[in-house]
Amino acid sequence: MIMERIKEFFASHKKTATAATVFAALLTGVANGLFGGGGGMLAVPAYTLIQGMEPKRAHATAVAAILPLSAVSAVIYIIGGNFNPDFGYYVCGAVIIGGIAGSVILKKISSSLLEFIFYGVMLAAGIRMLLK
Amino acid sequence: MTHSLVFYILAGIAGGIMGGMGLGGGTLLIPLLTVFLDVNGKQAAAINLISFIPMSIFACIVHAKNKLLDLKKALLIALPAAATCAASSLLAQKVSADALSKGFAVFLVCLACLMLISRVLKAWKSLMSKIYKMLPQRFL
Repeated sequence: MIMERIKEFFASHKKTATAATVFAALLTGVANGLFGGGGGMLAVPAYTLIQGMEPKRAHATAVAAILPLSAVSAVIYIIGGNFNPDFGYYVCGAVIIGGIAGSVILKKISSSLLEFIFYGVMLAAGIRMLLK
Repeated sequence: MTHSLVFYILAGIAGGIMGGMGLGGGTLLIPLLTVFLDVNGKQAAAINLISFIPMSIFACIVHAKNKLLDLKKALLIALPAAATCAASSLLAQKVSADALSKGFAVFLVCLACLMLISRVLKAWKSLMSKIYKMLPQRFL
């Protein structure tokens, strides 16, 4: 398959792999800064495909890479007056509660069906945002 | 605030669960807030960024304990990304929220299509190999 070919190529071309990772990093930063999210969707494949890391390790490392980025962006967004206190506190609290729940149920249910639903929702939401 | 607070909280929980499961919470939370709850795109982005910080600190501690963190490789992405991230955050403050939402929508549609195609291909491959194994050997 194509994925295996890509992995093999980068495994035997270390310098190209580093350059490609840095390029993916630049895009990750742009997504995180402009949209306030979505950096992980680029960083994780960069780690698995280009650096040949296993998925669990790639996820964990991507979180660590994006943490400082989000801190920088969050400060700039707050200074820019984009934090709405009307619902901001509640949504942030809810995200944290959901996040804890999500990491607990992670091991208990099959993720492939959930992934399908997730990407379906993403596609539908994207199209609605475009048409709005 | 144009909707009942309950919906904002539900959107937050849904985004949080996805994020906690490692599927990219922001890519769900931001569209939920902007499409269904009419939140301005920049405000949705700010909420996502702020709520990501405590969650990811917690996650990093857990991952570090499990020895899943590769600090060198984290820096390989974090350092170059920090530069474009700061620049694009500053740029985002100058651009209209509508324009940013449209850009994010294109980003979402592209990613979702890529992911769906790769998942469908994978499912197709495993289905085919199952059928192949089920065929009586004399037909092969």
